[in-house]
Amino acid sequence: MTTDTLIRVEDLHKSFGELQVLKGINQEIRKGEVVVIVGPSGSGKSTFLRCLNLLETPTSGKIFFEGQDLTEKKVNINSHRQEMGMVFQHFHLFPQMTILKNMTLAPIKLLKKSKIEAEQTAMELLSRVGLADRAEAYPSQLSGGQKQRIAIVRALAMSPKVMLFDEPTSALDPEMVGEVLEVMKELALSGMTMAVVTHEMGFAKEVGDRILFMDEGIIMEESTPDEFFNNPKNKRTQEFLSKIL
Amino acid sequence: MRDTGYSKKLIPILIAVVSLALIFSFVMPAFAESTTVAAVEDEGFLGEIKTFFVDIWKDIDRVLLKNNNYKHITNGLLITLEITFFALLIGLFLGFAVAIVRSTHDKTGKMKLLNKICQLYLTVIRGTPVIVQLLVIYYLWLGKAGVHENTAAIIAFGLNSGAYVAEIMRSGIMSIDKGQFEAGRSLGFSYFHTMLYIILPQAFKNVLPALANEFIVLLKETSVASFIAVKDMMKGANALVGSTYNMNVPYLTVALIYLVLVLGLQKLVSLLERRLRNSDH
Repeated sequence: MTTDTLIRVEDLHKSFGELQVLKGINQEIRKGEVVVIVGPSGSGKSTFLRCLNLLETPTSGKIFFEGQDLTEKKVNINSHRQEMGMVFQHFHLFPQMTILKNMTLAPIKLLKKSKIEAEQTAMELLSRVGLADRAEAYPSQLSGGQKQRIAIVRALAMSPKVMLFDEPTSALDPEMVGEVLEVMKELALSGMTMAVVTHEMGFAKEVGDRILFMDEGIIMEESTPDEFFNNPKNKRTQEFLSKIL
Repeated sequence: MRDTGYSKKLIPILIAVVSLALIFSFVMPAFAESTTVAAVEDEGFLGEIKTFFVDIWKDIDRVLLKNNNYKHITNGLLITLEITFFALLIGLFLGFAVAIVRSTHDKTGKMKLLNKICQLYLTVIRGTPVIVQLLVIYYLWLGKAGVHENTAAIIAFGLNSGAYVAEIMRSGIMSIDKGQFEAGRSLGFSYFHTMLYIILPQAFKNVLPALANEFIVLLKETSVASFIAVKDMMKGANALVGSTYNMNVPYLTVALIYLVLVLGLQKLVSLLERRLRNSDH
């Protein structure tokens, strides 16, 4: 394990009852890296991502975050989750709160920031994604693309060390996909460590440092975007790419 | 908002209807009495109406106003309000706690023992009439321990209401999208804090009409407290019936007061609902 490893996964298995979803995954994510996870639906990519912050409890195996095994019983997962931002397919903004409240709730309650400080950070983040004028709006007043951009900055407001994206553009109307990917691209350029489950091959090609191709609960192929799209080695990868490209 | 004008009109209309009903209910007996008085015929129809109102006034005067009789009812009203208010607080607290235990068990399978205890509580409370609970709690338990009957009533109605609030709140919690939980947890909130800051406010808003209904039921149900000698409004009315041999005035007065209280409660709830609807557009 090199010193710049942020997350290390060892022999990760996950079953839902009889159904084996993950069948032994070993993987490392380094600081500043953008790892894109692709694969057919039902291949276990989302489950893999959700195991990283223990939203799904692994059946067996270990998840190390900054050298600490998160699957150990005595670990306070809440404090580690503060450093792992997550963005969901369906945004999951808190509907009863304004945008500003959505973004400042966790920093105020968990990081013990003052209201003024938290709101200042939130406003800076909102300007970064071009939504500063919507601070007092409620989620129901926003478009899908705007909601997802808010969801991203809500996670960023906690100053996480890694951002996990679970199909962030899959629930969006096509014309709104671009604005969200743009935000994610900027985030990648700023040096954020990212793990992204997506079907956006353009994004994978352009922004990804490494691509993991998952199928049937294991990582079938792992390579650079260039290799992956131009010279796929695995037969399943070739089939997958022939279907979507 | 659309229903503002509607509810503004609705309340005075209802009060007018009730007042008319109140007056009308005096008509039959008063009419029957007045026609037996021969003198009325000399004054014709107007005289009949006059006699009719005079009779009503005489009844009200005799039953409610003489000897400060109305104090039986107004003092009782204060006790009714006191019991309702504190029982409501207990019911809300208990209900929220039980709902959290039950839905946590449903979601995660944890808290097995607590869940069993809560289920037992719900089964007993929902399976027996409130008046039986009141009598058991007072005569078999708190009364023997020397607890004041008002306190006993508060505890009995609080325990009773808690069971209904619990199931209402549980349905509210279960109606919230699982993603809201995950979003809260992924930010680093504990299970409990996710509940408190994110889930419960949404659940509360969703079940507010059902909760309001429960509070209305509670307010009216406290009228059986007189069974354990609580001097509530109903007891006051019964006392007046006993001392004046008039049933119309005391019972209809109490009916009117309950109705006005419920209307007031509805008004408060609709104000609260409107406030909570801020986030819907």
